[in-house]
This record gives sequence, structure tokens and C-alpha cells, in this order.
Amino acid sequence: MAAVQETVDKVRSVEVDAYKYGFVTDIESDMAPKGLNEDIVRFISAKKDEPEWMTQWRLDAYKRWLTMQEPVWARVNYPKIDFQDLYYYAAPKRSPGPKSLDEVDPELLRTYEKLGIPLREREILAGVEGAAERRVAVDAVFDSVSVATTFKAELAKAGVIFCPISEALQTHPELVRKYLGTVVPVTDNYYATLNSAVFSDGSFVYVPPGVRCPMELSTYFRINEKNTGQFERTLIIADKGSYVSYLEGCTAPKRDENQLHAAVVELVALEDAEIKYSTVQNWYPGDSEGRGGIYNFVTKRGDCRGDRSKISWTQVETGSAITWKYPSCILRGDESRGEFYSIAISNGHQQVDSGTKMLHLGKNTSSRIISKGIAAGRSDNTYRGQVFAHRKAKGARNFTNCDSLLIGDTCGAHTVPYIESRNASAVFEHEATTSKISDDQLFYCMQRGLSGEEATALIVNGFVRDVLQQLPMEFAVEAQKLIAVSLEGSVG
Amino acid sequence: MLTITDLHANIDGKEILKGLSLTVKPGEVAAIMGPNGSGKSTLSYVVAGRDGYEVTEGSIVLNGEDILAMDAHERAAKGIFLAFQYPLEIPGVTTMTFLKAAMNAQRKQRGEEELTTPDFIKRVRAAADKLGVSQEMLRRALNVGFSGGEKKRMEVLQMVLLEPKIAILDETDSGLDIDALRIVAEGVNALRSPDRSFLVITHYQRLLDYIVPDSVHVLSAGRIVKSGDKELAHELEKNGYRDYVADAA
Ligand SMILES: Nc1ncnc2c1ncn2[C@@H]1O[C@H](COP(=O)(O)OP(=O)(O)O)[C@@H](O)[C@H]1O
Ligand SMILES: [Mg+2]
Repeated sequence: MAAVQETVDKVRSVEVDAYKYGFVTDIESDMAPKGLNEDIVRFISAKKDEPEWMTQWRLDAYKRWLTMQEPVWARVNYPKIDFQDLYYYAAPKRSPGPKSLDEVDPELLRTYEKLGIPLREREILAGVEGAAERRVAVDAVFDSVSVATTFKAELAKAGVIFCPISEALQTHPELVRKYLGTVVPVTDNYYATLNSAVFSDGSFVYVPPGVRCPMELSTYFRINEKNTGQFERTLIIADKGSYVSYLEGCTAPKRDENQLHAAVVELVALEDAEIKYSTVQNWYPGDSEGRGGIYNFVTKRGDCRGDRSKISWTQVETGSAITWKYPSCILRGDESRGEFYSIAISNGHQQVDSGTKMLHLGKNTSSRIISKGIAAGRSDNTYRGQVFAHRKAKGARNFTNCDSLLIGDTCGAHTVPYIESRNASAVFEHEATTSKISDDQLFYCMQRGLSGEEATALIVNGFVRDVLQQLPMEFAVEAQKLIAVSLEGSVG
Repeated sequence: MLTITDLHANIDGKEILKGLSLTVKPGEVAAIMGPNGSGKSTLSYVVAGRDGYEVTEGSIVLNGEDILAMDAHERAAKGIFLAFQYPLEIPGVTTMTFLKAAMNAQRKQRGEEELTTPDFIKRVRAAADKLGVSQEMLRRALNVGFSGGEKKRMEVLQMVLLEPKIAILDETDSGLDIDALRIVAEGVNALRSPDRSFLVITHYQRLLDYIVPDSVHVLSAGRIVKSGDKELAHELEKNGYRDYVADAA
């Protein structure tokens, strides 16, 4: 009992306050005035020199958003957001975009260092010779504008397009226009509609038919301007028979005010294509009193549009004050497959309401959900999952496994499954467990020489092993460290 | 080596150890025998530093150092090892991962270098072979789905790898068939050395045929009520604990 309590207290007092990524980078911003109206929307679009249809698309979204209400169904509480008190555009001051990495602001490179971005990736960012073996392309999104893009040439050779979406709007407007908003419609939900009106930037990926993307694509997101809502927009298209693996990792500097993050990610997999999307999310969760921290209201959805296509989401969520996130799959093509592997850790005063939706529309579609929730401190951790089979989804199959682990007795874990089948041949299986790290287990590990914090981290890493194994190697190592850091008393 | 003096310990306000004194010399194998519920496991937990036990009186001194203020993991690094009566399962953590974490955690506390992976694997292989622990078991999650005998063997494997100063074996013989018992006993005997002591807790004389003790102590109602040599174990086997239980009451 006492060991657990002590761990919990340490976690609460030491770790949360000493958040290791709590620092502020000083780069002057070129900001639009606070608040949101049609002019701001036009300003954003004009800043990016967007085609007229895009401006109109944003304006339509904005008008729609004005008629919508903020959702209240999630199990999270936060003070009402004053959307007129946010900035909707901020960019590092650097008039023409840098031509190469040498031109990247040294302050930004130092930021990567502090973030603990793996050395080899920093080398890639710094353009070091030989770093290319790593074959991870990094498209760095710094605040709202992408300032570094690497590996373009090699990707271009394969015919893969990987660039900021603002650039894609200039170079491949037809592709953007064809797919943007087809997975997450402008009208989808409050935050997605807002994002559609004001999205700043994000990544665009197109993999042509039959191409296996020659490297894993990786983006580091940062939120850096004070009071800047971040509205990332990502669009990934895998054409027939292609494959791509995309990695997304986030950390953020310490802040006093809460920061809103409302990203939209759309994935489209055509016939026989496969998209693997992995996230390690470690945004500032707020201090030990629950002040500050990121509000992460994200809409992520994949469309298995073609037959035999496959989309797999893997996520490790340790940060944010509030997380509201349900990466989903629309299984439209026959025999398509969706997967969702998730580790969600909440600590301190964090609130997590996350899960997935698997919508079975095509015949013989299958999905698999493995969710591991870990709650510590005074946090609340809810898994919310929906599995649905359409009338025509003959032979649909789903397997869901939701495990929750509680550390201490002041936290909460909840599982809210929604299961609906309109086809008699669909087979849905659901397993759920809730457990606590027992004093016996802790003592056993401590008797072998592990401190209470080390023991907790070891047991938690065991608990999430099934999901860690789904992550690309280098991400798995990072994630394991992150788990230890978010639960241990040790910092750095 | 280990000196326990007038030890009183409570759990949940109930006194379980009531003035227990015991000395184990370097290299000595001391057997603790006693009826169920007499406090044998409690003694092992209090020595190992488990949370929740309140020591109200007395002292535990290891090699001249009072260890009562130390946490369990600090005592482990000082060389106290406990082979559990009921070893715990750690789902998702492979035996190899666990062994490496434990060995390196102790080394770190003692200010020693971490083991290199080849060195670690070499040590584990050697010890596992002797104890009949298969490679397959080492790859599985620690103790998950292991039989009772396999779990006990795994405890001895950990003991061999952690090279303790004093090893407490809490009914390591229970649940073992005769072959497994022999393997475990050989593992313990191979570790016997002039600067390593053992506290062998058992219910039955049987184990002591394989691990021959230097001294035998009878624990009853939270105290050592009789000490002797290995003949005492035979006497207990014949007559049971009746006399000592009565004494204590
Ligand atoms: N958590 C506890 N709360 C109250 N009494 C306990 C607790 N744990 C053990 N005891 C009691 O302490 C006594 C000694 O138990 P134990 O040390 O396990 O004995 P042994 O190992 O000799 O069989 C028993 O009477 C047992 O019921
Ligand atoms: Mg016992």
C-alpha cells in the first residue's frame, strides 16, 4: 500500500512539475490579430496564396461552424474556450521559406536537441552526410509553417509526394481538391469544421500505384506561439497496391494558458493499399495543480476505400491536459481491414477520452482493437469505442480487447463500448479487464533491486507490450522511454 | 552476518513477531521450522523490507549495518534475497527482461557498471542449464503460466544470478516433486560459500536431507522457541510441533 502511495505521490509531485520538455523557444511570430471572423479566414488563405476554391472551402466551413455547438458528450471537463481569444495564424518570421536546412533557424535546431529528437534524426535535420542511411524523412512542422523538408529527391524518384499541405496546394492542387474533406467532411464535428476553416498547415502524402514508400515518413509537431490554436491538417493517400508508414511525434513547451489543438488527419487507402500511421504524443499535460497543458481535440479518420485495403493506427498517448481523440476506420472496400492499437497513459490531473470507431460497410471486412489504458494520480482515463456493421457488411468481424491498469486509488478508468450490428453474419468479440498493480508485484520487483518507480515502469511496460510491438523499432524505444518518464519520479 | 534481536512486528495492528532473536553466521545454513501461521513468512518479509509491516521493537543488523530504515530495493542491493513462497507473475515482461532489469538495478545501486548484453546472456545460459530452465521459459513472461515447480526453479535461478549475501528460502520445497527438489537443492548447495548465508524456511524435514543445515530453529507464535543442530529436524519430523506450540501458548 505505502509503496504504491509513495510512487503515486512522487509521480504527482516530481514528474508532473518537472516536465522535461517545458521550455519556450523564442522565435518572433508573424501573427494575425486575435479572434475569428471571415476576414481572418481570408487572411490565412491569402497568406498561403491559395487557389480561390480553397478560400471558398474555408469560408463555407467557417459559416457552418458558426451554426454548430461544442460537443459535451465526452467524459472531460474544462473551462469554456473563448474562441475569440485565440490567434489563428502564427508563423516563424522568415519571409521566403528556407531553401535548405542550413538556412533553418539555429534556435529551431536547438529546440530539436532539447526535445531529445534522436541524434540521427537531428543529423538529418542538420543535413549531416551519411545520416541518409536512416531513411526517415522528416518534414518538420514548426508552429504553423513547415520550415524543413528533407529527402525530397529520393522520394520524388519513387514518385512519392511528401510535402507541407500548403505546398501541395500550389504544386498538386488537383490531388488535394480530389481528396481533401472526403474522409472527414467539412460538416463532421465542431473541431473538424473549425479546422477546415482555419487550418494552418500539415503534411501531404501521395504514394502512387504499386509503390512501396522507400522510407518511413516522420513529422514532428510543435506548438510554440502563446495562445495559438494549432490547426494541423494532414492528408495521406495510398493509391492502388501501395504502402506507406507514417510516424508522428509531438512534444510541447511549458505554458501557463491552456492551448487548443484541433487537428484533422485524413487517410485514404485505395485497392490493395496499406497505410500504417503511428503516433507518439507527449504534449504538456499541465502542472501538478492541473494548470496549463494542451487541449487535444483531434479528428483522425482513415477510409479503406478500395477492396483489400488496410489501415492501421498505433498510438502512444502520454501528454495533454485533455485528450479527445478517436482514430477511426471506415471499412468501405470488401475484405478491407482496420486496426487500432493504443496506449493511453494519464497522470496528474489529465483527462483522456479516447478510443476508436470501426465502421464495417463492405463484405468480409475485419477489424482489431487493442487498447491499453493506464491511469495514475488524479487522472481520468476513458476508452470509448464504437464497432458498427452495416446491413450489407456480410461476414464482418471485429475483435476488441480493452485493458485498464490503475496505479493508486485516486484515478479512474472507464470503458464505454458501443456495438451495433445490422447484419446477422457479423461476429464481434469484446474483452475488457481492469486491474491494479498489486502491492505483491511491486514488492516482488523491489525485492530484486528495482526502486518503486522502476518497478512500476517495468510492470507498465509489460502491460502495454502487445501494443509496443506494433510500433516501428525506433519509435518503440522512444515510447518505452516516454512511458518510464511519465510514470517514474526520475527526470531526464 | 545477520543478527536479529528482540524483533517485534505488527501488521494491520496485529502483533505477529513477538520478540524474535536469531543469529546467522557467515557461511551458515540455518533452517527455520514451525507450524502454519507461526510467522515464518512474516519474518522473511520483515527482513526483506516489505511495506506495511511495522517494527515496534528490536533490530535487524546485516554485516554490522542496521537495515531497518532501508527500502526493500536497497536491502536487495545489500545482498538480501528472498525466494518467495508464492512467486508473482509479471505479465508482458519476459523473464530475460526481468532478470536484466534486476541485475542492473542492483549493480547501479552499488555503483557498478551495467552488464553488457553478451556477458548477461552468458551468465543466464550457464545458470539456466544447471537448473534445467529452458530457453523457451526465459522468453516467456515471468512466471506467467509456469507450473508451481517451474516458478520455484525460477526463484533459484534469480538467486544464482543475483549472488546474494544472505538468501532466505520460504518453503521453496513446497510443490516440488523429488527430481525438482534435487535440482533446486543442488542449485543452493552450489552457492554455499564461507561468506554467504542461508535461511531455509521449511515445513518438512525432507528438504533438509538435501540441504543439510548447520542449525535448526523452531519458530512458534512469533518467537524462536528452540534451537539445535540437524537432529532437531528429525525429532520434529517424528513428534510434530505439539510440545513447542504448547510452550509458546
Ligand atoms: N496482512 C495480515 N493481516 C493480519 N494478519 C496477518 C496478515 N498476514 C499474515 N497474518 C497472520 O500472521 C500470522 C503469521 O503468518 P505467516 O507469517 O504467513 O505464517 P507462516 O508463514 O509461518 O505460515 C498468521 O496468523 C496470519 O494469519
Ligand atoms: Mg509462509
